[in-house]
Amino acid sequence: MIAIKDLNKTFGKNQVLSNLNLEINEQGVFAILGPNGSGKSTLIKSLLGLCIPDSGEIQFKGESVLKKHHYRNNIQYLPQIAKFPGNLKVKELIAMIKDLRKGAIRYEEIIEKFALEESLNKKLHALSGGTRQKINLLLCFMFDGDLIILDEPTTGLDPKATVYLKQLIREEKDKGKTILITSHIMQFVEEISDELVYLLEGHIYFRGTPDSLKQKAETRDFEEAIASLTEQD
Amino acid sequence: MVCAGCNYAKIGTAVDAADPFDTVLVAKGEYLEHGIKITKPLCLIGENYPKVNGEFKGEIITIFADSVTVDGLFLVNVGTSYTVDYAALRLVRCKYFDIKNLVLERLFFGIYLEKANHGRIFHNKIIGNAKDEYNSGNGIHLWYSHNIVVERNIIQKVRDGIYLEFSDSVSIRNNHSRENLRYGLHFMFSNNDSYTNNIFDNNGAGVAVMFSKFIVMTNNVFKNNWGSTSYGLLLKEIYDAEISNNRFIKNTTGINIEGSNRINYTGNHFESNGWAIKVLGACYANVFTQNNFINNSFDLSYNSKLNDNRFEGNYWSSYSGYDLDRDGIGDVPYRPVKLFSYIANRTPESIVLLRSLFMDIIDFSEKVSPVFTPDNLVDPYPRMKAIK
Amino acid sequence: MLKILKYSFIDLARSRWTYVYLLFYLALGFVLLFLNNDLGKGIITIMNVIIILVPLISTIFGVMYYYNSAEFTELLLAMPINRPLIFIGQYLGVAISLSISLVLGLGIPFLIYGLSQSAAIWDFSLLLLIGSALSFIFTGLAFNLAMRNDHKIKGFSYAILLWLFLAVIYDGIFLMLLIVMEDYPLDVFALIATAVNPIDLSRILVLLKLDISALMGYTGAVFKSFAGTLPGMLVASGMLFLWTAIPILGIFRKSRRKDF
Repeated sequence: MIAIKDLNKTFGKNQVLSNLNLEINEQGVFAILGPNGSGKSTLIKSLLGLCIPDSGEIQFKGESVLKKHHYRNNIQYLPQIAKFPGNLKVKELIAMIKDLRKGAIRYEEIIEKFALEESLNKKLHALSGGTRQKINLLLCFMFDGDLIILDEPTTGLDPKATVYLKQLIREEKDKGKTILITSHIMQFVEEISDELVYLLEGHIYFRGTPDSLKQKAETRDFEEAIASLTEQD
Repeated sequence: MVCAGCNYAKIGTAVDAADPFDTVLVAKGEYLEHGIKITKPLCLIGENYPKVNGEFKGEIITIFADSVTVDGLFLVNVGTSYTVDYAALRLVRCKYFDIKNLVLERLFFGIYLEKANHGRIFHNKIIGNAKDEYNSGNGIHLWYSHNIVVERNIIQKVRDGIYLEFSDSVSIRNNHSRENLRYGLHFMFSNNDSYTNNIFDNNGAGVAVMFSKFIVMTNNVFKNNWGSTSYGLLLKEIYDAEISNNRFIKNTTGINIEGSNRINYTGNHFESNGWAIKVLGACYANVFTQNNFINNSFDLSYNSKLNDNRFEGNYWSSYSGYDLDRDGIGDVPYRPVKLFSYIANRTPESIVLLRSLFMDIIDFSEKVSPVFTPDNLVDPYPRMKAIK
Repeated sequence: MLKILKYSFIDLARSRWTYVYLLFYLALGFVLLFLNNDLGKGIITIMNVIIILVPLISTIFGVMYYYNSAEFTELLLAMPINRPLIFIGQYLGVAISLSISLVLGLGIPFLIYGLSQSAAIWDFSLLLLIGSALSFIFTGLAFNLAMRNDHKIKGFSYAILLWLFLAVIYDGIFLMLLIVMEDYPLDVFALIATAVNPIDLSRILVLLKLDISALMGYTGAVFKSFAGTLPGMLVASGMLFLWTAIPILGIFRKSRRKDF
């Protein structure tokens, strides 16, 4: 589904991605992890076409994505920080997104589960962080693509919403989709992910299932295992 | 009576045969004639504008006698020469003439007065086709001719519409002079003349007054005189003149003044000119009062730092002062000379920077502390409203 | 792109600055006409406004809008929309709304005043047309600067500097060159230097209507053949078009390369 070859990206003098190769062909949930500044966001943004790589190749479903935009129809993306035009009302925003991108299918259900009905007539800048994140999730999950990219999905969510988020992810996984997640909540990662991709200094340092990581680190605790990855360096 | 089938088929023979104080009537028709000479008092009258065609061979009518009236003829095709000033109608050393209702076309000189006095040139229409100054003549030409009235004539497309040289006490009224190559009206060495209620439109320059004294210029309109050497009114070495209630509209320069002293400019209206008034060289004791300066690119330009002229109580549309005591007079003096007009005189190309913010800024700084322009040149009593 | 344009428009229609801008022009138009009663003088003042203020406001507005809509932009970037079109759409949204504010703001007072019957309508329409062109040009330049500077203050500073340069400093340098080289024929130089700066070019286009009598006093033959003739007008319109096209091209290029 995703094939990344020799991807390079520098910001100024800072080489963020260096000769990164990654191939994901399976379905399931992939957690992209790594310390701050390891290139997680850049990798995701490159995949989405938000960042333009210096060199290398990114393919989605066998086709190069560089300088293209139609492939994004097949991707559901949740940005890390929920940024919205503040002077819009929630329902106007939803209407606008639906207008800009066809194929929204399940927003009513999500609105109900996240209890967003009351917020629909509020302006976006008047919303709390958690509610904004719910809107963010709604805008992501209301579409139907083969690939889902979630950048820090749990930020600001209350436990009830988190539970529903996990349910959403599982539902999507069961539909046979590929899901990429970054998160700092290791418990969430351990619970939800099938496979880990650990980035360090711009390339892939470890790839495997959570269990194989724990075995490798010789610990029962997932968080410790992750931490030990960095220490080894 | 002259007509094709009459006793006289030619005007010339009829005129020769007439007795003094006879009337020669010319019937409608075309007469191929030139060199008609009138040597006795006579009335030569055309009925329904008979056409006298000079076939470009020379002068058509020449008058040598007093008390001649010429009325209602259509004179065409005057000869052109580089050595002789052929005219459609020439008056030589005669008095008490009345030249009226003539139509002149395709001419060299139109009506030429040579030492002719006490006469009237009334309601004639002179339409030339002048293209170059060197081979064209003037519409109405006065040379050593005094006490003449030039009234209600229309003159266009000749060299100078009306030309006066050494001619005094001439009154020029209600004429319309337009599209002439050089000047609408031209004075040289002529004194005590006046011109009023004339319109000068789209000439090389409207009126040129040179080396003359005591000229009165009132109620005339000068407009659309465009070009690098175009003026509404050009004054050169003029003394003791009166210029009042004229309108100067859309001229490159409204009045160009060179070496002219003791002139009163009163109640004139300058609108949409490039330069309303341009003062060159030494000009002393001129007084400008009660004039309107409206939307001119420059109101006034000087090429020196000296000023001996007075500006008082004019209306300047670019005046931005205030009138706290509400007496209709601005409380802050107005400086009509801008630094930019000084720069534009020196470097003509800089005119493309007209009305740019940069120019406004340096004009403002010059206004605050004059360096290049005469610092005593102010209108201390600028009006707040245009004078009607 | 039309959808982006539509939403930029809706966004701007909610922005209070759009109305401030519109009200400013309305007030200006009414004040000029009803306190002054002199159409000619009013048009001169409006020319100054258009030549100086329109570029300034367009620049500031363009930069401000770009930075303020960063969130909207990021939202759009992840959508299946061609990247340049997002920016071109936003640019057009700003430029068109500024132009509409200008045309309505000045047009309404003049229409009420009865301009449509007067002969000045063509001069006035030309003014509005030039004002709109300047809105497009300077909004475009502002977008370019903002896209190349993620730092807001930096982007603003560059934008103001650009305006200051084109509106004032350029003319100062131009004048100094003219004075220094006054012994040489400067005809062609003056013409080219004028045509290269969109503010100067617009000013000259208006002056050809307002101060034609003064401009005709200028001896330059090249200038005369340029001023007020059809080829001259075509060259001038071509230059303004070029000035609009180049920033748009810049937006296109930068939007293909920029990282978010």
